[in-house]
Amino acid sequence: MALKVGDYKTDVHNDWCPGCGDFGIVNSIQMALAEMEIPRHETAIFSGIGCSGKTSHFINVFGVHTLHGRVLPFAQGAKISNPNLKIIAVGGDGDGLGIGAGHFVAAGRRNVDMTYIIFDNAVYGLTKGQASPTLKLGEKTKSLPTPNTNYNVNPIGLAIASGFTFTARAYSYDIRHLKDIIIAAINHKGLAFVDVLQPCPTYNDINTRDWFNGVDRVDETTNKPMPRIYKLEDTDYDPVVHYSDETELNQKKTQAIVKSLEWDTKIPTGIFYKNELITPYTRRLIDKIPNYIENPSALQNISKNNAPITKINHILDSYKV
Amino acid sequence: MFALIVENVTNVNVHYLMQRRGHELVSDFTWMIGGPQGSGVETAANIFSQVFSKMGYQIFGKREYYSNIKGEHSYFAVRVSDKQIRSSIKGTNMLIAFDAETIFRHANDVLENGIIIYDSTLENIKVSDVITFDNDFKERMEGFLKSKNKENTIKGILELASERGASIHSVSFRSLLFELSEKIENPRIKTMIRMFNVLGVSLSLGLLMIPTEKLTESINSIFSKKKAIADMNVSAANFAYNYAAAKFGSTDFKFNINEIKENTLLVQGYYGTSIGKIIAGCRFQSYYPITPATDESNFLETNEILEINEDRPGSTLVIQTEDEISAIGMAIGSSLTGVRSATCTSGPGFVLMIECLSWAGINEVPVVITFYQRSGPSTGLPTRHGQDDLLCAINSGVGEFPRIVYASGNVSDSFYDTANVFNYADVFQVPVIHMMDKFIASSVTTCQRFDETKVNIDRGKLLDEPPSNAYKRFEHTADGLSPRSKIGLENGIFWNTGDESDVEGHISEDPVNRVEMMDKRQSRLDYILEKIPESEQIVKHSDGEFCVVSWGSTQGPILDAIDMLKNEGINIGFVEIKLLHPFPKELLKKSFSNSKTIIDVEANYTGQLGSIIKQNLEKDPDYYILKYTGRPMTCTELYDTLKKIVNNNAEKREVLTYGA
Repeated sequence: MALKVGDYKTDVHNDWCPGCGDFGIVNSIQMALAEMEIPRHETAIFSGIGCSGKTSHFINVFGVHTLHGRVLPFAQGAKISNPNLKIIAVGGDGDGLGIGAGHFVAAGRRNVDMTYIIFDNAVYGLTKGQASPTLKLGEKTKSLPTPNTNYNVNPIGLAIASGFTFTARAYSYDIRHLKDIIIAAINHKGLAFVDVLQPCPTYNDINTRDWFNGVDRVDETTNKPMPRIYKLEDTDYDPVVHYSDETELNQKKTQAIVKSLEWDTKIPTGIFYKNELITPYTRRLIDKIPNYIENPSALQNISKNNAPITKINHILDSYKV
Repeated sequence: MFALIVENVTNVNVHYLMQRRGHELVSDFTWMIGGPQGSGVETAANIFSQVFSKMGYQIFGKREYYSNIKGEHSYFAVRVSDKQIRSSIKGTNMLIAFDAETIFRHANDVLENGIIIYDSTLENIKVSDVITFDNDFKERMEGFLKSKNKENTIKGILELASERGASIHSVSFRSLLFELSEKIENPRIKTMIRMFNVLGVSLSLGLLMIPTEKLTESINSIFSKKKAIADMNVSAANFAYNYAAAKFGSTDFKFNINEIKENTLLVQGYYGTSIGKIIAGCRFQSYYPITPATDESNFLETNEILEINEDRPGSTLVIQTEDEISAIGMAIGSSLTGVRSATCTSGPGFVLMIECLSWAGINEVPVVITFYQRSGPSTGLPTRHGQDDLLCAINSGVGEFPRIVYASGNVSDSFYDTANVFNYADVFQVPVIHMMDKFIASSVTTCQRFDETKVNIDRGKLLDEPPSNAYKRFEHTADGLSPRSKIGLENGIFWNTGDESDVEGHISEDPVNRVEMMDKRQSRLDYILEKIPESEQIVKHSDGEFCVVSWGSTQGPILDAIDMLKNEGINIGFVEIKLLHPFPKELLKKSFSNSKTIIDVEANYTGQLGSIIKQNLEKDPDYYILKYTGRPMTCTELYDTLKKIVNNNAEKREVLTYGA
């Protein structure tokens, strides 16, 4: 019997603030899993720390709520050990791009076939609104005593520079679009990154839902707000690296980084970059361990009737006097 | 500080060395070669060790080196004996030096009637000419030579050795190469100074009249994958061998060819945990490079494809991560999928793992951390030995959670112990920290072949089949251990969190649940003490009124020192504690029941095990023998100090300092 969205929900009380952008992300993940008909036991959500870290408790699949900044190591360890699993890692922007930035870069280099979703709201919510790595220089959200003194990191640019082979951005109040992006990310063969713009109604009084909707920018002729967000798929933007060629690759990477710099009045969402010509990590392993995909670490037998079955005689023989 | 140089021959227990002179056979012999890092000192020692092991001798070799790639001083001391040996001694019988630093650093170590073979072109080099000396050593050496009225040169220090009775053989290594290249008509060899190592070892073997076929055999086996290099080295070896045999005259040291004991291996110290992981079924190891732990991961990756009985090939996946946090994080992620997983590190890496270790603790995740200690604090002495991370391994973490800290005393033990620690991790669902150290890692020894039939695999309550009832990962049970599912198992869905959780694994701050969960986890400590066989917790090697207590790699020097004392009719007990946490307090009390004087032996400053004993037994050990020079203990200095204790003229805290 096909699973419904409801089957992917737990009965754990969700204690996020009313109006939090995180709700849209959890719903989108559940909708994506249901639409893709992924068996619950073949999926695991790994999460970091903070409001977004609680995500794994709300979804009825294996849920591993890890440590601040460490979600990618845990998630990669599981995926590499058992490549049959669908692994989705989630975390905040402070988690992934601040304390976890080293892991973010290293994960890009590996290109493990899994999905990483960042809940990007430019503040540290659970610790009461400090500036996060994506908050712009000089901005002062209401909980900051003084304006932010750091320049912001560009998540899409960093992902591309680090080697992520799929980078996308979505908006948490456009659930249908976000769900489609998540499905595309899960289907991508390689490490997929989704930067989700997710207003924090409690601490970020700059990038609010109204701000994204352009309430402050009323079209003089129609008298309607002009939304800041637009979709790349509505333009002639082509994110895909079509063939293995340096010029093609560089052009697609450069275009994505330039596109990711658009902000303020025009904020692009959708897929910025997609390259399936780079081999995912577990497939790279075949070069040294030919049967790894069929017989990965998690599926190997190591004993029979409590006795080890691994042969070490040839190793010991080589040290025999 | 003078002592570090001067203290040498005088203290050595000559009776024990039993070098029966004249035409009698040598029972115990130490050979040392030194040179700049990158000059092949290790290869030379490897050849020497192989030759003697093929002659049926027992080997104990130790390697010392700087934190440096090329140029700094390194040396290798190989002790050979026809009896069981498990440690080094103070002093050396034969020293090979093709650079000045080796002579300045070790000539004083050459025992009376010992031998020095050195490069004659070095004679006029002054202490101040050696640019790699630390200033402290330079000053000490110059002061020492001055105090002995010797000139501040190689000549000066060699005169002293000669006056002590050492025989000194000089040979120009460059001329040897030159003559060899003429002889075999290979001009390339003329300037190949990287062959000094092979010349050095071959000169020694020629002088000692060791059968040449053993030398050829060893070189061929070491360079088995590079025939041309093997051939070149064999010609050089034979040439140097014949040179020494012809020019150096004979020595009093005579060696026999003994029968090789059946099933003898010649192994490096880190092979025990490496091969132990393979047989135990560890299929995932993530690590970040750090001395002296990395060799193990390299070994596993080199042997990554595994032959499996009646099954397709398996593999050990070895992943070099971006840091130690990721190393343990990945190992935990792997473990959650049901894999036996591990990481391997040293002190500065271990401290980075602590937040994840705590996470594994609260989530009851079995993971093994193989901890090759070196000497701190901080990066301390990065390539030197120490046992100063015991309390760190036991106590570090966020909050209170159960873990096992377990130590191995030698390479062979570490093989069986590695198999055991994976069982402990699985059965008790805790992280296990397996303490090893640089002394074991960089020693080369003969030992009995590892016996895999003694290894068993117990995965505890890991589920293989989907559970039929509603599964709860942290369900309360009579023994405090819940059935363990793995990611991917149907009906076995669970949640984990670093927060306190309920039985399903969801966050809970409820005070009643909190107490139940803390009690559930912490009850494991008593359960561990109850279930691990006593023989795996504490090994009582011997009993006596005086009793040594220690942990880890001090085992070898202690056992050898106790044997030396036994030869004089002095019986000393030795209790080796392997399970260091949870601490086997009652068993230790029982082990001490016949002993009046307890002597704690450790390679650290504070006597960390001693403090644990004091805390548990409410009695301080009577004596502490400590060493924190970064160099391993020798049996001879332990013998000397134990004897002082027995004779009642020792201080409560005795500090050992031998070694360059």
